[in-house]
Amino acid sequence: MPVEDGTPGPVPPARRAFLNWLLGGSATALLAAIAYPILRFLSPPRVPEAATHQVEAGPANDPEWSSRGFKIVRFGAEPVLVLRAGEGDFRAFSATCTHLDCIVEFQRDKQRIFCNCHGGEYNLHGQRVAGPPPRPLVAFKVDLVASGPGQPATVVVTKV
Amino acid sequence: MSARLERWRGWWVDRLRLAPLGQAVAHKVVPVHRYAAFYYLGGMTLFFFVVQVSTGILLMLYYRPSADEAFESVEFIMTTVPFGWLVRSIHSWSANLMIFFAAAHLVSVYFLKAYRPPRELTWVTGCLVLFLAMGFGFSGYLLPWNQLAFFATKVGTDIAGVMPLGGEWMLRFLRGGERVTGGTLARFYGWHVAILPALATALLGLHLVLVQVHGMSVPPGAEEEAKRRRPMAFLPHFALRDLFGWTLALALLAALAALFPWELGEKADPFAPAYENIRPEWYFMFMFQTLKLVPGGELLGLEYEAIPILLFGLGGLCLVLVPFLDRGLLRRGRSPGFTIAGVVALAYVVGMTAWGYASWVPVWAALGFAVLVAILTLGTRRRGEPQ
Repeated sequence: MPVEDGTPGPVPPARRAFLNWLLGGSATALLAAIAYPILRFLSPPRVPEAATHQVEAGPANDPEWSSRGFKIVRFGAEPVLVLRAGEGDFRAFSATCTHLDCIVEFQRDKQRIFCNCHGGEYNLHGQRVAGPPPRPLVAFKVDLVASGPGQPATVVVTKV
Repeated sequence: MSARLERWRGWWVDRLRLAPLGQAVAHKVVPVHRYAAFYYLGGMTLFFFVVQVSTGILLMLYYRPSADEAFESVEFIMTTVPFGWLVRSIHSWSANLMIFFAAAHLVSVYFLKAYRPPRELTWVTGCLVLFLAMGFGFSGYLLPWNQLAFFATKVGTDIAGVMPLGGEWMLRFLRGGERVTGGTLARFYGWHVAILPALATALLGLHLVLVQVHGMSVPPGAEEEAKRRRPMAFLPHFALRDLFGWTLALALLAALAALFPWELGEKADPFAPAYENIRPEWYFMFMFQTLKLVPGGELLGLEYEAIPILLFGLGGLCLVLVPFLDRGLLRRGRSPGFTIAGVVALAYVVGMTAWGYASWVPVWAALGFAVLVAILTLGTRRRGEPQ
């Protein structure tokens, strides 16, 4: 004899499947609504940087060029290597190694541009000579701009 | 007096329902056989983890995670805060020893085939905790904001950017932008003190529970011996031996921190060239050396350096999945192929590390370890032969 004990009777399978689907769908939607803002929050926004076209790298007789043979100047947020290959012969390249983002230096005694991180080696035209770099260094244009009579010229680096 | 103490103890045992736990601990035994010495490596790693948590919390009280203040705050800890030099040096030394013992634990568990059923998940969680430990090392390395840290982070995050799929997103996600800046430092700090500890605590907790549930694994070659010899009671015998090891480890840490305080170096400068002989922590050395050897070039738009990185990733995945890949162990109870693969992988890691440092020390250390294993294996075999 059936006893009325408050337990719900059998639910038709179709209705049960529909309810399960509805519950599962709502839970998924809820989780997605929580996860989406978190994922978006985690990926940093793209902040536009002021576009730099040209920078001055100082006077041509800066002692750093005679002592080390190179200077690293700020080109916006980008480091740029300005080297003096000979008297009045200035060259500029991106100082960021094309291998894994380290900062390169000019080694005057060995006449090469070298990255100390993984041993990437470039010639004085920024082309890869040895080591792991996949591409040449990006070159910049260098001009010597007269500053006035009796004054040393200014080294000006321009994006090509 | 002692009756009062007993009553007090009983009160807590009843309230916390500790009786079953006490029973379990009292009956816990550890098998005894010729490889039993390797059972202590996991506990040793755990000790260094506890040291890391304690010293890390202390360092948080003075450290300031910003590009303008990080280097100066670590300098302040090292020079002005009472015992600051000790706490930071212990944190750095203990980090390295923790990775070392975790790696030694992994190697011994691998060769003793302790990952076989039902301990697959113990192996998987252990591997994941080791990867997290390396994540701790990588993120913690940046925090002093010195030149070494700056370049290590530039290279490490750029490696992620080399990946063909989702690499660029990963790089920005890790750096918190295009470049390694103060934003990266804040992000790495968050990983180092909140996200990684939460994950590590959960996974390590599961790992330790699984170790208790399944007990210690007896290696296939030592089953006879373990059956014959009387197991060791965990309390007090094994625990006391653990404690003895930890005391030695603490003394070693204090000595290292006092005699070789961790260097701070020069403050990071995003406009200075990387200096000569710059290199990562020793546990990344084999990957670093590999990257140095790969020539520049592109293959179907994939830069050559992506290939070893993808292979290392694949290697890490295989390592985690070892219990599911090693079918021979299930069927025949032995898998010499996996032993050989393990030896080859280990030889590669040790060889590349030695090459990277241009030093034989890693090779001697590995050979010394091998000799120790040989002594444990052969030295006790004849004596242990059944009558």
